[in-house]
Amino acid sequence: MAEGLATTEHEPHAHPALQHHFENMEQQREAGTLGMWVFLVTEIMFFGGMFLAYTLYRYKYPDAFAVASNHLDWKLGGVNTLVLIVSSFTMAMAVFSTQIGKRRNTIIFLVLTLVLGLAFLGIKAVEWNTKYHDHLIPGQLIPGNPFNPAVAQHGDTDPHKFHLPEGVSVRHVEMFYWIYFIMTGMHALHMIIGAGILIVILIMAWRGKFSPEYHAPVEIFGLYWHFVDIIWIFLFPLLYLLGRHLEGH
Amino acid sequence: MEEFTIQPPRTNYLNAEYGIKSWLLTKDHKRIGILYMGAISFFFLIGSLYAMAIRLELLTPQGDLTQSSTYNKMFTQHGIIMVFFFLIPSIPATLGNFLVPMMIGAKDLAFPRINLLSWYIYMLGGIITIYALLAGGVDTGWTFYTPYSTTFSNSYVLATGLGIFINGFSSILTGLNFIVTIHTMRAPGMTWYRLPLFIWSHYATSLIMILGTPVIAITVLLLAFERLAKIGIFDPALGGDPVLFQHLFWFYSHPAVYIMVLPGMGVVSELIANFSRKNIFGYKFVAFSSLAIAVFGFLVWGHHLFVASQSVYAGMIFSFLSFAVAIPSAIKVFNWTATLYKASISYDTPMLYALGFIGLFTIGGMTGLFLAALATDVHLSDTYFVIAHFHYIMVGGTLLAYLGGLHYWWPKVSGRMYPEGWGRFSALVVFIGFNLTFSPQFVLGYMGMPRRYHTYPVEEVSWQVLHVLSTAGASILGIGLLIPLIYLAWSLRYGRLAEANPWQLPGLEWQTASPPPTENFIETPIVREEAYEFAPPETKEVVGKFEREKPFPFYG
Amino acid sequence: MLMLLLQSWIPFIPESASTLSDDVDAVYFYISGVTVFFVTLISLVIIFFVIRYRRRNPFEIPRPVEGSTKLETLWSVIPLVISMTIFVWGAKVYFAQYRPPQHAMEVYVVGKQWMWKFQHTTGQREINELHVPVGRKVKLIMTTEDVIHDLFFPAFRNKMDVVPGKYTVQWFEATKPGRYHFFCAEYCGMNHSGMRGYIEVMEPAAFDNWLSGNANAASPAAVGHSLYESLGCASCHGANAEGGRGPTLLGVFGSNRVLNNGTAKADEGYVRESIINPQAKVVTGFGPIMPSFQGQVTEEQLLSLVAYIKSLSTTQPETTTAKPPATGTPQSANPVRSSSPTSPNR
Repeated sequence: MAEGLATTEHEPHAHPALQHHFENMEQQREAGTLGMWVFLVTEIMFFGGMFLAYTLYRYKYPDAFAVASNHLDWKLGGVNTLVLIVSSFTMAMAVFSTQIGKRRNTIIFLVLTLVLGLAFLGIKAVEWNTKYHDHLIPGQLIPGNPFNPAVAQHGDTDPHKFHLPEGVSVRHVEMFYWIYFIMTGMHALHMIIGAGILIVILIMAWRGKFSPEYHAPVEIFGLYWHFVDIIWIFLFPLLYLLGRHLEGH
Repeated sequence: MEEFTIQPPRTNYLNAEYGIKSWLLTKDHKRIGILYMGAISFFFLIGSLYAMAIRLELLTPQGDLTQSSTYNKMFTQHGIIMVFFFLIPSIPATLGNFLVPMMIGAKDLAFPRINLLSWYIYMLGGIITIYALLAGGVDTGWTFYTPYSTTFSNSYVLATGLGIFINGFSSILTGLNFIVTIHTMRAPGMTWYRLPLFIWSHYATSLIMILGTPVIAITVLLLAFERLAKIGIFDPALGGDPVLFQHLFWFYSHPAVYIMVLPGMGVVSELIANFSRKNIFGYKFVAFSSLAIAVFGFLVWGHHLFVASQSVYAGMIFSFLSFAVAIPSAIKVFNWTATLYKASISYDTPMLYALGFIGLFTIGGMTGLFLAALATDVHLSDTYFVIAHFHYIMVGGTLLAYLGGLHYWWPKVSGRMYPEGWGRFSALVVFIGFNLTFSPQFVLGYMGMPRRYHTYPVEEVSWQVLHVLSTAGASILGIGLLIPLIYLAWSLRYGRLAEANPWQLPGLEWQTASPPPTENFIETPIVREEAYEFAPPETKEVVGKFEREKPFPFYG
Repeated sequence: MLMLLLQSWIPFIPESASTLSDDVDAVYFYISGVTVFFVTLISLVIIFFVIRYRRRNPFEIPRPVEGSTKLETLWSVIPLVISMTIFVWGAKVYFAQYRPPQHAMEVYVVGKQWMWKFQHTTGQREINELHVPVGRKVKLIMTTEDVIHDLFFPAFRNKMDVVPGKYTVQWFEATKPGRYHFFCAEYCGMNHSGMRGYIEVMEPAAFDNWLSGNANAASPAAVGHSLYESLGCASCHGANAEGGRGPTLLGVFGSNRVLNNGTAKADEGYVRESIINPQAKVVTGFGPIMPSFQGQVTEEQLLSLVAYIKSLSTTQPETTTAKPPATGTPQSANPVRSSSPTSPNR
């Protein structure tokens, strides 16, 4: 391959954020964005394994899964869905503000996003706590807490009691809760990591690192945030809503 | 090509900085490649020691060297170390790391920090795995089949699983880096169809890495949950399905075979073209066959489950697809062979390895047909036939390609030439030793010797004969692998200084000094020609619609 | 005949002793032929090119040769066609290997770390040894008490995993009397390589002799019957399995069951599931009220229950070479050494 050598070194007044091995800001931004997309593909495959297990056993034990899922609090789940969707919106606004160089707005929207993200985690924590108190944490992690001690009678409306209809095996209900905790746990882990990165981005924005020429980190982080949001958009109906029509049988 | 006399610049990537810290904190892809090279050599050594111990044990039918539990740990650890810590990172993380940016005319990979991080992740996973081995080892087989691994094994399954889980991320990060680099950082004029085939094969490999590795990560994670807390999804007593694990496991681990061999195919494409001074025959077919292998590779995992109570119809479909995935590999072999036609073939060490690769890979691939065909797989699965088959692909394929590539790029990496005579000699020893080790195992498998057997029936005299042959071959193979270790180390200090382009080749990596400077090129190169274009433009003429060389194509 | 010649000339071919082993070998030799042909072809071409086109002058540059779509098509299509012939042939033999025949002699197999337990329908138990008659189809109904194992008969070219939580099946018809190895082929822990034994293929008369000479155990169906009583199955399914709160079990085995959500063929796996996980498949007209018996019965007891339920629906007495010996148990009137499910109206 031939050697007409061209001088495409960085111009002397290249942007300070340009890393040495990139030719220009455009290339750097493109690489970062593509990198995030590729990373998100790996995330899809990672969650895909869990979705597969969920689908398989939902198909195999539909009644147990429906019963177990009916005990999830769809109102809290729904609120959380709203919270996340709004946070995706504020994130998008943060990206937009950075692109047009409104530093103040960027910071406001980033703070809003962070607050909403933390609110999501808070509500999630409340939900998990309820499950813990209702003994809906499966078996053996917490010794001495057998699954489901408070079986409700027919017609018992106490939401903290758990009505196990005839023909449904506790084991399969337990499996649902395992899958629920693993999936929402993995999702929450992604939210926590996201919140951590968000704080870093916020500090960078505070220090005025971003400009219309250089806003790639905000944009790329935005992709991640939307992705975590989308995962929840799948989790919510699958875990909370599917089989809800079977309630009260 | 006239400027062969370019003096290597005073500073290159090796002496730009000194001290251990400058290595451990380096963001230079070349130095990271060398860090990986050291690490995988270490793991290869450990894996090989296990292999020798296994071969010695099988010299006699009785279990007289080790106990069953020790033997089971030996083959498990041999498999885990070789697969996850040698074969998967072997070519991509060393040669790939070193060469991908250079071959496309970039200064570095897109994310140098992530590249360094991937090495640390690899080392962390490796250290945890080594800890598990020292603490007591693991005896599940590298396949970790449930429910043995979740419920019955009393060995360090969790620690080993953690090591593999962590190690997976290094693989993901390497793949991510390659994909982004190849997409966004090609030099001006380096179009997709001008990419060396080494790059195409690494692109395909990276696709598998990013699509497959997360699945093994979640699988190992679920396995750990199952073992820790009995979540039940692999446990039939709790309503789960142990075979689900096999599906998830092979969904990654079959494509993982292509992670191991595709980069080898890339190396061999380079070697065949460059040492016969010919453009590769059917460039686009070779390039796209890599992608086809990567895609089809994800659809054939079920051929590991023909006798695992999978339905007969699922078996049919997976068998059919397994035959389909053989076609792109066949295309590659035919194209490599056709490249040799009317070529100018040199017998340098890398070329010997490449020719050996074609032969052994052909045998390895064709014996795969026995395992893709349903009827014969029923007899041969889980026997030594399988062992022989995949060692022909992994050792005869990947390891030979790695050694060939190592010799080929050694002058670029180290700035020194290796001793050619010793190189050819050891290539021959490796080839003979390898065949003697693994060809008897085909027969053993057909005779019915199951894999992972510590002892075998005394009355089967022919089995022991075959095992003795195999162990003898392993000794020769071991010696053949020790020789390069010695002379390559020797050449680092005493080898002849390498020119910038000792083989006189057109690839971009040869157009810079040996060893290259930190940012690879003094100035960003501009590419004006196809890959493997040996005749420079000034010697060409246009006749009708064809371009051809002018007569008397000698130049130097 | 070719096989015979090969067998006598080449010492490294395993014994071939079942009706299907020669078919498998035929596929094997076909692929071997294809492999040897292509490996030789490619090796010879490479060696020829490498010698013919060796570099004679350090400066020579060969003329580039452009690719050829014709050639590419040719060497894509030819391997594809050849591999399709292998695929079709392999699949055909596989279907024969895994389609369990009607009217086979049945043997129950339970794998356990690290031994193989066999039980004949007449009650004889064997460990790591299995006696079968020559010239008769034998169907193995297999499961495991612990991890996955795999029962592998090299001389029959047959193997099948045994998987916890379900039944798998393999069958063979031995053609040559003799003593052949069988192995566990799926790694199962410490003493995996010790989990092997012999299958003794006997002349039918000798087998009958062996069978009657060892008749001291109760047949699985008889054991199943007493389990049926002791586990309290009778309270719902009736004292004579005629039904009650639960469906009748008479004539169930081998029939098509109409469920609340679809239909299912009542085979061994169905019966097993109905005991372990009764809610999975509930027959129309009945509520999901049966409790699970998981953990209350061992795999061997489960097989006995299956054998009992099977004995309730054998419509025709079996005509076999090996006559059921008089075992003296009350169930001896039952044709408990039943043949495979017969379901004329399926």
